[in-house]
Amino acid sequence: MQKSELPDPFEKARLEKGIGEMKDQNDPVKMILRHKDVRKTAHNYKTFQSGAIPGRIVVPSEVNIRKTRQIPFELDPPIHGLYRAIVEPWFKRPLQVDYTEKLTDQISELVEETLKKDKVEVIGEFALVLQSRALTLLLNIPYEEAETWISWGTHVFRSEDTALDADKANILYDYIDKEIDKAIENPGADLYSMLLASEVEGKKLTREEVKGVMVLTFAGGRDTIINAVTNAIAYLSEHQESLERFRKEPEIIGKAVEEMIRYFSPLTQMGRVVTEDTHVCEHAVKADTRVSLCWASANRDDAVFENPNEIVLDRKINPHVGFGFSHHNCLGATHARQIMKVLLQTLADKIKSIEVFDYKENIEDLDEFKRKVGYDYINVKFNRLTN
Amino acid sequence: MAKITFITSDDETIVVEGTSGSVMELAVEHNVKGIDGDCGGVCSCATCHVHVKPEDMTKTGPASEIETDMLELDDNADEYSRLCCQIEISDAIDGVELTVAK
Repeated sequence: MQKSELPDPFEKARLEKGIGEMKDQNDPVKMILRHKDVRKTAHNYKTFQSGAIPGRIVVPSEVNIRKTRQIPFELDPPIHGLYRAIVEPWFKRPLQVDYTEKLTDQISELVEETLKKDKVEVIGEFALVLQSRALTLLLNIPYEEAETWISWGTHVFRSEDTALDADKANILYDYIDKEIDKAIENPGADLYSMLLASEVEGKKLTREEVKGVMVLTFAGGRDTIINAVTNAIAYLSEHQESLERFRKEPEIIGKAVEEMIRYFSPLTQMGRVVTEDTHVCEHAVKADTRVSLCWASANRDDAVFENPNEIVLDRKINPHVGFGFSHHNCLGATHARQIMKVLLQTLADKIKSIEVFDYKENIEDLDEFKRKVGYDYINVKFNRLTN
Repeated sequence: MAKITFITSDDETIVVEGTSGSVMELAVEHNVKGIDGDCGGVCSCATCHVHVKPEDMTKTGPASEIETDMLELDDNADEYSRLCCQIEISDAIDGVELTVAK
């Protein structure tokens, strides 16, 4: 097996049963594994709701470590749409030319810094740094703020020993509280201030609602981007020819990003709470229990994808669900896509090859399944492209 | 060369011309409101949904299976719905009128 390979642990269960089971802190989850069922369930917000107790739709559940409702993520239509409409234009800013230019400068500088080193640990010294710096653009706040987030380490909610770490979560919540205070006192052109000035049905967003959007923005775009960036580096270390191809055919980079998101599926799954007794893929599910939409499994479903376990850089039809599906599709997807496009282009422009020294895989324990989602660490060296 | 008419949800009419690529790319290039093309045209995001004028369906052809599977889960879809990233620009579609879905 290649170092950069992400095996599909769901294949057998997907073919035989269509579902998997997870215990998760005594609030069991039926994992939906087939592409068609995942999309259908994601679309049916009445029977499979997001607006449950805060933290319950996340797997592993965050009910015990979080009281703040993430917005618009933990709301259902029609109210969901009102909040989504407020944040949507802001989260499309990554398409603007000056945003892309700044992002390109950031990533170019980081790749240059990395080229000077004999050894770089990609998670901590590259992906986390890239993600944190890029987040200053998304929030429209000073670049220097990235240093604070980098100092928190790689996981906002997770630590080495436990899947859920209340102390780490509190660092984030306390930080956001302070930043909201600052924005109330001194409004600016940042995301906090925009939210504080926004209204839903004639009423200003509450402080708790602003916090809910900010928690989502910080938490949703951290591990996911770090894994996508790191997995891309690992893949390119074993596929030098892909860098060459991006140089010759830069027009395929957009498709390559979609394909990497499909293959890496940086977010394995997302839950829903069942509101009435029903069936999923011919399995009975009871009201007030949980199901999950297993994006990572759906993205390897060979009923939809030819050669699902291969990265086909210019895959033309790619109805992946790596950014989720339907009402709740990833709010940060525009930012994430832009990061990945700029990263691949920059690496193609500057890098000849990437050497891997040593690494440890990050394996998620999903009871019935063990899924590699990325790395705990991976030490590499970037080798410069010379003409 | 194909002339394509877009009608946006604000009832704005935009007429553009193209020679190659997909209709979605042409729409994005001309900032047609409501056509985002987030996924770049790989049929993953459904942000390029249009309703083809019924009499123009013979020019564009019907939605493919992969589009239908996606559109089935779109509450605004009808029998004239297409994801326009899957419509290639050619002389064959000259003169079509597409209404951007809500």
